[in-house]
Amino acid sequence: MYFDSLEALLAMEGHGPYVWAAYGITLLVLALLLSAPGRRRRRLLREVRGELRREAAHGSKEAVHAPGS
Amino acid sequence: MRAAMWSFFHKLGSPPWLYRIAGNLLNWLLPLSVLALVTGLAWGLLFTAPDFRQGNSYRIIYIHVPAAVVALAGYYVMALAGAISLIWKMKMADIAMKATAPVGAALTFIALVTGAIWGKPTWGTWWVWDARITSMLILLFLYLGVIALYEAYDNKAAASRACAVLSLVGTVNIPIIYKSVDWWYSLHQPASIKFTGDSSIDPSMLYPLLLSIVAFYGLFTCALLGNMRAEILARETRTGWVRRLAGGEA
Repeated sequence: MYFDSLEALLAMEGHGPYVWAAYGITLLVLALLLSAPGRRRRRLLREVRGELRREAAHGSKEAVHAPGS
Repeated sequence: MRAAMWSFFHKLGSPPWLYRIAGNLLNWLLPLSVLALVTGLAWGLLFTAPDFRQGNSYRIIYIHVPAAVVALAGYYVMALAGAISLIWKMKMADIAMKATAPVGAALTFIALVTGAIWGKPTWGTWWVWDARITSMLILLFLYLGVIALYEAYDNKAAASRACAVLSLVGTVNIPIIYKSVDWWYSLHQPASIKFTGDSSIDPSMLYPLLLSIVAFYGLFTCALLGNMRAEILARETRTGWVRRLAGGEA
């Protein structure tokens, strides 16, 4: 390890705020980027599930009008 | 052989197949990429010596360069997908193009922001309107332009054509970005890694950088596959397989 102590690692001889800010922003953006598709997928599946439940509630009526759909 | 190839292309056009395969791929590619990223960044941050001229601020290289490299490569993916969807009207290519744009925009954003933060202690300024930085900013606008153009059309086919044309026209920007540090006098340093000839970067700094670049490629692929899966679902909510999937996960 290059740095002698945790303080030295955090300070990076004065460049600490720049380096840590750059890494922090990068990791935040990457985390949002990688978690967004899963969140969208779960929301879509939830919506479809809600639709299925509504259809089941009115099931007998719709089955007469739209057989096989 | 030919038959196998055609059956592969046929499957590639099948939304449920692509949805499942992309999901399986993500299950091992995502943990692997995250592991590579953590290793590469920890290596670069903790175990390398500082640059003899820039000091510790140089450590931003381990995120700045990978983000910029993959943001550029991502544009090729988007333009290629755009060309395929334009010529062969392949639906999955259109989905790939739409899925690439936000990933590319995020990586370009990372490259620009980390570059600005790096510039302050190194050049004494957050921003200069030099060729490299300006052409990267144009890259960000091209990615955002594709996203915005998609939303601007009600007609999906028209939106996909317009976005494909925009992404193809935008490829003229890519060689400009590559060559900008050689063509124009600039504060931005030229490339340190070369495929031909000697790299001007010390091996102790090169290896963690290469690992981080590999990790960013992996994460790019993961985000792209994830976006494609979500987009496939969004377009197929009326079909039997999505309804069965939704019912099964209840």
